[in-house]
Amino acid sequence: MTVLSLVIFLPLAAALALFLLRLGDRAAVWTWVAASAADLALVAGLWIGYDDPGVGYEENARWIPSVRAGYHLGVDGLSLPLLALTALLFLCCAVYSLKQARRTQRARTFAALFLFLETVSLGLFAALDLLLFFVFFDLSIVAMYFVIAGWGHGDRLRSALRFFLYTFFGSLALLLGFIGLYLGSSPKTFDMVELARNPPLAGSPGLADLVLLAIAVGLAVKTPTVPFHTWLPPAHTDAPAAGSAILAGVLLKMGTYGFVRIAMPMLPDAWRRYAWVIVIVGVVSVVYGALVALAQRNLKRLVAYTSVNHMGYIVLAVGAAGLAGDGAARRLAVTGAVTQMVSHGLLTGALFLLCGVLYDRTSSYDMDEYGGVAKAAPVFAGMLAVASFGSLGLPGLSGFIAEFQIFTGVIGAGTTGAAVAGGISVLGVLITAALFLRVLQRVLLGTPGTLTAEVTDAGRAERAAIVPLLALAVVIGIAPRFLLDLVEPVPSAVIALVAR
Amino acid sequence: MSALAWALPVLPLAAGALLLLAGRRADRIAPLAGVLVALGTLVLAVAAAAQRPKVTFPLFAGLPAGLHVDGLSAVMVLTVASAALAVLVFAAGDIGADEPRARFFGLMLVFAGAMLVTVTASDLAVLLMAWEVMGAMSYALIGFWWHDPERVESANVAFLTTRAGDLGLYFAAGCAVAGTHSLSLGALADAASPWRDLVAAGIVLAAFGKSAQLPFSFWLSRAMAGPSPVSALLHSATMVAAGAYLLIRVHPLLEATGWAEALVAWVGALTALVMGAVAVAQRDLKQLLAASTCAQIGFMVLAAGVGSVAGGAAQLVAHAAVKCLLFLGAGAWLTALGTKDLGELHGAARRFRLVGVTFGAGALALAGLPPLSLWVTKDVVLASAPTPLYAVGLAAGVLAAAYSVKALVAVWRPEDALTRDDTDQRGTRHVGLAELLPMPVLAAIGAGFGIVALPGVLGPWQRLLGASGEHGPTAVELLLSGAIALVVAVAVSRRPVPELRVAANWFYLERAADRLVARPVLAFAEALARFDDRVLDGAVRMVAAGGRAAASVASRRLEFPADGLVDGLGRAVRRLGALARRPQTGQVHTYYAQAAVLLVVLALVVVLVG
Repeated sequence: MTVLSLVIFLPLAAALALFLLRLGDRAAVWTWVAASAADLALVAGLWIGYDDPGVGYEENARWIPSVRAGYHLGVDGLSLPLLALTALLFLCCAVYSLKQARRTQRARTFAALFLFLETVSLGLFAALDLLLFFVFFDLSIVAMYFVIAGWGHGDRLRSALRFFLYTFFGSLALLLGFIGLYLGSSPKTFDMVELARNPPLAGSPGLADLVLLAIAVGLAVKTPTVPFHTWLPPAHTDAPAAGSAILAGVLLKMGTYGFVRIAMPMLPDAWRRYAWVIVIVGVVSVVYGALVALAQRNLKRLVAYTSVNHMGYIVLAVGAAGLAGDGAARRLAVTGAVTQMVSHGLLTGALFLLCGVLYDRTSSYDMDEYGGVAKAAPVFAGMLAVASFGSLGLPGLSGFIAEFQIFTGVIGAGTTGAAVAGGISVLGVLITAALFLRVLQRVLLGTPGTLTAEVTDAGRAERAAIVPLLALAVVIGIAPRFLLDLVEPVPSAVIALVAR
Repeated sequence: MSALAWALPVLPLAAGALLLLAGRRADRIAPLAGVLVALGTLVLAVAAAAQRPKVTFPLFAGLPAGLHVDGLSAVMVLTVASAALAVLVFAAGDIGADEPRARFFGLMLVFAGAMLVTVTASDLAVLLMAWEVMGAMSYALIGFWWHDPERVESANVAFLTTRAGDLGLYFAAGCAVAGTHSLSLGALADAASPWRDLVAAGIVLAAFGKSAQLPFSFWLSRAMAGPSPVSALLHSATMVAAGAYLLIRVHPLLEATGWAEALVAWVGALTALVMGAVAVAQRDLKQLLAASTCAQIGFMVLAAGVGSVAGGAAQLVAHAAVKCLLFLGAGAWLTALGTKDLGELHGAARRFRLVGVTFGAGALALAGLPPLSLWVTKDVVLASAPTPLYAVGLAAGVLAAAYSVKALVAVWRPEDALTRDDTDQRGTRHVGLAELLPMPVLAAIGAGFGIVALPGVLGPWQRLLGASGEHGPTAVELLLSGAIALVVAVAVSRRPVPELRVAANWFYLERAADRLVARPVLAFAEALARFDDRVLDGAVRMVAAGGRAAASVASRRLEFPADGLVDGLGRAVRRLGALARRPQTGQVHTYYAQAAVLLVVLALVVVLVG
């Protein structure tokens, strides 16, 4: 077993240990923190040790040889940032849950479920085999279902069921697509590296289009893009804070990651043929997500809809990568898309944890009941302000680095259509600015509302969980080269594949 | 060399960030720290102006970024650093000990630092980053007293209006890459059409937003909600000056497009005229000064449009000193007397003589009276303007004389029985040394900067800015504009000027933006949210409900008769079994084809049942 498998299965081992050792709730949460911290340290080690632009820490064992599906793992500039993001977010959620440990029902099971989910998420981003990818993809849905149904609030059972059925439907579509890829490949294989090197169905465009449709629908549900996003707001609203942070920060990335890892390199011709559709879906998601978010009164629903907006930028960028135009600009757009995955994970993760802080005190997400919270809770206010400005794309935070590259890359590709698409999506930056300023205005500033008196400032554990996310967003916003150096080889490879 | 290019903006940015992070713990040391850092920044700015450092660094793939202090930037960094120092010295006395001073001085330092990056950036990415950070700082400073919902609303209006303009820069950056494969400011003019035109359009939009030119002017009225030192910095060397600077910087691009020059020149001239009329109609001193800022920046924008780089830069520097001074004076009176109403400020200049004298010097300069600075710099700008623009500029000059003298007369008129103090806030009746200290210095610069237009000085000034060969004003032009200003000044001091109601309300620009843009967008957003709930989500719910209905129909209608069929089925199954052996080919791909079909069915079933 190599270090990558260790990284993936360490959390699962810790989860089993929780039960085998029959740890109490508090000890269980501390174990969760320790295991996540160790895992983050290991991922940091992977990052430092990775220097090759190709696949690193590769591992390929026999799994189901009859269909040539293997236990094939590896990391590159696309998966490594997401592995790091995953490990960091899970650690932050663990730290965040320290405060709740006493109040959370069945905290040990809660911790075990998150550790299981961490293994699943890390495994997905490291998987280089479609079946392996799919197994992790499906298990993530199962684990998140239990998180929402077991520890959510409000109409949690209904929201959890809807989340499960909707995303499970998406995963079935995805499986159909994977099977199509398998059937179209020669020699038949589920191996992602081989499929990317030797794209299947190159000779039968009709079938390739259908397979792309299945995969794109599957990933679009997970991402989510308009019009497949309606499971997202209820799932987020009724999930516990840590669950929302993971759902937005990690699980949504599985969709966008799939576009870059699977759909683009394995179906390059079909991707080029339908790049326009992808671009339009992206632009619509950007504008629609932002506008619907603007109309929300429920803070958590609002943040959920901004995810549709932020994911829309990614879809726009990967769609534009399939259009004609300047190669360097399209590479810039894809680099921006990968940066956006990381940035959104950090900022929206932080925003959902901050929503949790508020809900923890008052059991309400209704923004009209707050106001003037900055007086009694200055640290909370500062963190919410930084996260909001990051999310609205203020330079100096990671969101700008991502979105600027996407806009510049899409418009800079140099075709009229791309310029129009980019020009329309730039509007998203203004609408998100409007909606986040309204959040600050309604929650933090002005005169106190009915619930303001109940809000106390963020505690130690809450600060320790949220500050690292924001600090990293600032670091990426000011000195992004450490991340971009790692990411930039990815689009070169992907664009070369799409352009062949 | 390159270290200096970094150090200049990083010093105020880092110090400001530290103060902000420290929060109220640093309140006691914040004024001293702020002034010292501003002083250090000025020293660095002098060094940078002398050495002209340049640095490039990688930011985005294939698009190197850079900071470069050239002639125009040298003028700008000196102006910004000087104004920041003057304002922070004033604020050290003006912002009371009970206020969150660390937050104030931290925000101001970051604000000034962002402007320093803006004026030294050699590419669009770095420029846009600093440009937007500056906007966010202005938001935080305008909404500094955030307990008051009205001020928060003002901050929102200011940020959203300027950001609406900023979208132009985002778009321009993309078009620059399409047209030149770079983001370098110097290369923009070489872009191929139509990219060149789109870049120009985007930059012009952003500059109009930032500089509060028509139709964006209203946000500057809202910006008055912040503390007076904020206004003094925001209206002089930062924020509004950034738009004018950018247009002067990209003048070659404007020239290359063939249309942008004329557009910029006319919008600048018309803003000078229209906002001059607004200023004349104000009864609130700070509102009058705000409108006059729009109008005076209009001359700089006009300069960029007619290619008078030397004139535009001179106007920018002179106006920065004058306007900084005037806002400090207005702020000092607001703190001491508790009012900024021109009707209540009677005698203010006599009660605080030094403030009154320096304010008077600034007002006379703003009026364009000879021999003070703006008289000259405005004429340097107008010297390059064709006749129609020259006429509009002259008319705007008439209004400048009118509003400046109106303010001057109001504060120097003796106090009378109807004059009241404390109409806005409780005054302290005291103007301290820190507040007074910057005023004489600013008055000297503001009054005397006109020397740049003297024969023998104009040449080197133009060479400094790389603008040799531009026209200077003729003696006749100088005499004419001076005489007009003098006549108007005398007239206004004799009898009050008429105050147009529509001008007093800033021509209802904000109301128009609210009715035509903000409200329709909000209504559309509400409608989309309802659509999302009822139609999109409704469709999903309908599929689920349909599935349940189908299932219950199936269980009631079909299950009973189906039971009777079971026996017959048993026989059929045996036959089917024989059939089923046929696809058992032993070949994996056929199995998977079958599995795929099954999964579709399965997927449908799951969705319908759910």
